Order: sequence, then structure tokens, then C-alpha cells
Amino acid sequence: MKKTDNTFFSRVLMMGNEAAAEAAIRAGCQCYFGYPITPQNELTAYMAKHMPEHGRVFIQAESELAAINMVFGASVAGVRAMTSSSSPGISLKQEGISYLAGAQLPAVIINVQRGGPGLGSIDPSQGDYFQATKGGGHGDYHIIVLAPASVQEMHDMTLQAFHLADSYRIPVMILADGRVGQMMEPVRLHEDPPPPAPLKPWALTGAKGRPPQSIRSLFVEEGALEKHNHELQACYRQIAAAETKAEEMETGDCEWLIAAWGTCARISKGVVRKARAQGIKAGLVRPITLWPFPHARVEQLARQPQVKALLVVEMNCGQMLEDVRLAVNGVKPVHFSGFPGGRVPTETDVLNALTALIATTHHDKVE
Amino acid sequence: MTDAAMHYCAGCGHSIVHKLLAEVLDELEIRERTIGVAPVGCAVFAYFYLKCDISEAAHGRTPAVATGIKRALPDRIVFSYQGDGDLAAIGLTETIHTANRGEPITVIFINNTVYGMTGGQMAPTTLVGQVTTTSPAGRHPATMGCPLRMCELLNTLEQPYYIERVALDSHAGVVATKKALLTAFQSQVAGKGYSFVEVLSPCPTYLRLSPQKAMQHVGREMAAQFPVRIFRNEGVPVRA
Repeated sequence: MKKTDNTFFSRVLMMGNEAAAEAAIRAGCQCYFGYPITPQNELTAYMAKHMPEHGRVFIQAESELAAINMVFGASVAGVRAMTSSSSPGISLKQEGISYLAGAQLPAVIINVQRGGPGLGSIDPSQGDYFQATKGGGHGDYHIIVLAPASVQEMHDMTLQAFHLADSYRIPVMILADGRVGQMMEPVRLHEDPPPPAPLKPWALTGAKGRPPQSIRSLFVEEGALEKHNHELQACYRQIAAAETKAEEMETGDCEWLIAAWGTCARISKGVVRKARAQGIKAGLVRPITLWPFPHARVEQLARQPQVKALLVVEMNCGQMLEDVRLAVNGVKPVHFSGFPGGRVPTETDVLNALTALIATTHHDKVE
Repeated sequence: MTDAAMHYCAGCGHSIVHKLLAEVLDELEIRERTIGVAPVGCAVFAYFYLKCDISEAAHGRTPAVATGIKRALPDRIVFSYQGDGDLAAIGLTETIHTANRGEPITVIFINNTVYGMTGGQMAPTTLVGQVTTTSPAGRHPATMGCPLRMCELLNTLEQPYYIERVALDSHAGVVATKKALLTAFQSQVAGKGYSFVEVLSPCPTYLRLSPQKAMQHVGREMAAQFPVRIFRNEGVPVRA
């Protein structure tokens, strides 16, 4: 991975978990705290090997609870910090994420999702959409949720996550899955130094030359919590206005609009190509930020007169489906094709679901 | 110390330990490079009283937060200040593993054998027979176990540098508490390792005793269960 004259050399073959880990190092992550869980172990192992080489902190914590709270501590001290886990471990981190959100602390959390509920399986899943986007812990809060669909995006989004976290003083989650974490692809590693982290005058570094300060999420003074929550919501509105992102494919003239995220979005691109080859006018909208969700854009697309119906594709029983329905608000039918068993659908699976939907829709019209 | 009026009950040990802690930070001239971590419990408002940087932590995760701060800023002085519920019940795992890694932080453990902030429930250190709202007939070992001795437990580990238990039962006990805090912070300033000071402390409100009687209770009943002594000095176990 050393920089050479050969510019192609910066393209390396990497696993998604490792590409994310390398991105964190390149983003200036000073502290990483992890705990073993499949299918994200390569990320922790990568950090164990490479963080000390850069003179940075790696701790294998005693639990996911400890890991997320070590992140809390490092963030309190003003440095960039990250943890990673997979679904059951992410459940354990939810308390810490709520505290991070309440205390307005930046942090990066990577969830390489596996099947659930409970221990579920170690196979890829998208079962944690609700948990990630609706506030998995207690209280009225949001975190930014980014959904990568390739190893390159594992790398790019992890870098971006540190920037977003610092910019808005908010936890950012990379909501990956076992497929994107485990697969290997060529990646172009970022060679440029990341933009410097903003100054953090709020960080606790010792009260030298300034009054003592504190990091709190407890507000018992009259009216203080109400004010605090309104401030958080104002920040969320600002994020929604500036950072909402979606990718589109063939949406200009599409009659059948697929909505999918992460791995399912990637598969759906192939589906759109195959469908178009068969004369079916399919298109894809892929939310890149799951929170903030691109409600307005999805609604706009659904309102296009030629759009007949939407098909939401997820590796779960219908979670983003609810956000799509909220966005579409009944103007067009929204259907669902779900794969909740740890099986990654093939393009044929999704194409079959689409053609079945088309057949039913036409059949309904005839009746 | 700030000028803020404390929320602690009359006769509570927290106000004494806060004052001793503030004196130690000043005497060692480390206040401006100290970061404290306050627990969930009565001492969560420590930032209203102590003139150093202080972070809250989730219940029991105090040593994990302190670990994160110390690893991020190794040249700062970091302490956690915890009660018996925070340190010995919900946060027992973090307590043991932080000590076992020998994180060079100072842990101040206020053991008053009862949950104060939530209204007097049984703690892991509640004495056998002690009446609390959740042991209304007294703590019974058969179903509720026996009081956890934290200094003794941590003293089985190899990494801790300094472990001492003191008691706020008398003037001499207050002096000894300050000395223990001084030693603990001096160890950290010297970059030595993990230090742990357990303070047997009165909670008159939930011991249901007058402030004076509560102090006597600390010196008699509590000290009988939790021997007051140095357990580990300069990394070496100290015999009783």
C-alpha cells in the first residue's frame, strides 16, 4: 500500500471490514475500542495490528458496553474515536449511543449487520434499520446513518463519517452488512490527508487558562432539558437539510421504481439493467443516508405520472419500507420483497419479484 | 471548590470527600490538568462543586469513560468518582477490567452500603441484616448474597499499584482519607499505575441514623465488615 510512481498501486484488493479500518486510520482516528463478534472481526484485528504502528490507541474492551463508553471518554477528551461491532453487539452499545447523542459527542460506530433477532445468524442482514434510524437507545435523538454497498464505500463513508461526526457533534453509524464487510474488492485508498478536525473548545482537556467545563446529558434545572432537546432537534433539521443523500438509476422515465439500500441496492442495479433489457422500464432510488432519509426525493419520484408502483427490496421483513410509505404517502402503491433469513438475494430473485408485481398490477387493472 | 450550595444531605460523606479531593488537586497543583468522571448516583453533580473538568458517564461505565479519556490524553490526571451501586453492581465488570489493565487512573469509591439517589435500595455492599427499601426484612445472605469487599477483590489482580480503604468515622479517619487520596494522585502524577481508594462513608438519610450515629456506624459495623487498611502499596500486596 506504499505510495509509488504507479498510480494504479493505490488501488488495492481489500475486504470491506479492512477498508473501513484503514479509512479510520487515514481519517485521524486516535482511539479504537472493539470487542470480538462475527462478521466484523477483521476490522478489530486490523486496528489491533495497525493502530499501535501509528502510535494510536487500540483496546480490546471487556464488553461492547465498555467499548462504546471508552469511545465516549476519548470523545470527551476531544479526539476522534471509533468502535465497531455486529448486530447483537450494537444492541449493547445502544445505551452508550444514547448518552453520546445526549452529550452531543462525535463518534463513529460501524455495524456490520448479521441476522437477528437474538443471536440470529452470522450471515448478512439488514435487520437493524429500525434500530439505527429510529433511535435505538432511549430518548428523543437521531444519529447519522450511512449505508455502504461496496468495499470502496466502506472506505469512503468511514472517512466521511468522522467529518460529519465532528461537524455536527453527533454519532455517525456506518450501517453495513456481513456481505459488504466480508467481500473483497479493489479499493482506491484516500491518499490526501483528511481535512483537519474542527476545534473542539467544548472538549475536556483540563481547566488550564479557562473556567472548568463539563460534559453532560443530565439537565435537571427547570426548562433546561426542554431547551437542550430543542437544540438537538434544530441540529437534526440542519443535518437533514444539508446532508440527505440518495443515488438514482434510470428514474427519469421509470414506471417501476425499486427502492433499496446497501447490498440490496447494489443487487437492484443489476435488476434494473436486466429489466430494461427485457423492455421493463425499471428504475432505482437508493438512500445513501438512511437517517436523514430522503423523504422528499422519494415522494417526488413516486409522484412522476408514469410511475406505476414502487418495490422496496430489503434483507429484512420490511423496515425501510415504512419510510418509503411515509414518503410516498399513498400516491402510488408500495410493494415489498424481503429476504430475512440471512440469504443475500440474487438479481433473479428480485427480478422475479418485480415481474410478479407487474403481472399482478396488470391483472388487477384487467379485473 | 465552587461557592455552590451542595445538594447533599446533612452528615453525608460526599461533601467531606469532595473537599478533601479539591484540597489534594490544589496541593499537587494538578487541578488545571485534571479531568474527573462523575457517576450516576448522588455525586453526578460533582461538576457543580469541583473546579476541574468533569464528564458524566452512563451508570457503571465510569471507569470505561475514564479509560477513554486517559488513553486519549495520557499526560492528564484522570479520576473516576463512584458509589457502591455504580462501581460494585452495574459497573463491576468495568471496575475489574480497568484495574486489571492497570489503567493509570485514580478511582475513588464511596461505599455507604446503600443506593442514595434512588431512595435507599440495597447495594452490593449492604451489610447482612441491613434494612433497605429492597431488603425490607434486612439483607439475607441466602437470597441476596453477602457484601462485596472491593479492595480485597481488586487486590487479587496483578496490575493495581495502590489500593487502600479508609473510613470517614472520625477526625483521624478524615485525615487518613486525605492522605490516601494524596498517595493515589501522587502515584498517578508519577505515572505509576492504577490507584483505588475506598472510603467508608456515612449516609444518615438511608442508614436511618442521625449524622453522629451514622459516623459511629461507619467506624463500627461497616469497618467490621470492610477492614480499614492499605491493601496494595507501590504495586506490592500489603499483609493485614
